[in-house]
Amino acid sequence: MASATKPHSRPLSPHLQVYRLPLTAILSITHRITGIGLSLGLLLLTWWLVAGAYGQGPYETFQTVLTSWFGQLVLFGFSVALYFHLCNGIRHLFWDAGKGFEIGATQRANLIVLAAATVLTVLTWLLAI
Amino acid sequence: MATSPQTSLRSPLGRVRGLGSAKEGTHHWWAQRVTAVALIPITAWIVYSLLSLAGGDYIDYLGWVRNPVNSTLIILLVAVGFHHAQLGLQVVIEDYVSGHALRVVSVLAVKLLCAALAALCIVSVLIVAFGG
Repeated sequence: MASATKPHSRPLSPHLQVYRLPLTAILSITHRITGIGLSLGLLLLTWWLVAGAYGQGPYETFQTVLTSWFGQLVLFGFSVALYFHLCNGIRHLFWDAGKGFEIGATQRANLIVLAAATVLTVLTWLLAI
Repeated sequence: MATSPQTSLRSPLGRVRGLGSAKEGTHHWWAQRVTAVALIPITAWIVYSLLSLAGGDYIDYLGWVRNPVNSTLIILLVAVGFHHAQLGLQVVIEDYVSGHALRVVSVLAVKLLCAALAALCIVSVLIVAFGG
């Protein structure tokens, strides 16, 4: 037990609201958030495939929505989430194999994940437009 | 929890093998990794396909789906994708939903919805693939 004269001698666990998360932790929670986003994106995939089965009219309705500015914005967000989740997921598989747990390697991988996701997103949209 | 080897009825071998209830303690974790690995090449293929379909019309779509390699890969994307999503959403729900009943109901709802949507997608692909 700490003595009453030195009340602050023990380390306090950081409170989430005042603690600046390390980049690795930000990427970790982003992996989860993008996973939820991609799951919602599966609804878009469902709409596309079902519209294709219903015929030309429903398919063109889907195309009109998707090529509108709002549809393109959703699609862009989906592509960002997809590439981030893909790249960070691959680094998770390395972790699962027991590799890359040193602080230096983790910080390097953070930057590789962010750079790869950015390059893939930009490249995809350059090819799409 | 009886964790001390002196008080546990489980043998040391049984404990070290890490087989949980019904011997499927690691099944969820493993299935998430297997589907993750499978989704890497499938993602590369669907991105390539979407880029080649961009700007195309309904006839282009029909031609794409009716290619047997494409219809197979769409079905794999749907099946593996929804399975992976369902496994991931389950973990998120188990982490953040505290009430036991609500947690069980939410996980079940997600699993059933994913299964239903996946079936709907696959049937839709087959209708186009086999359709006249």
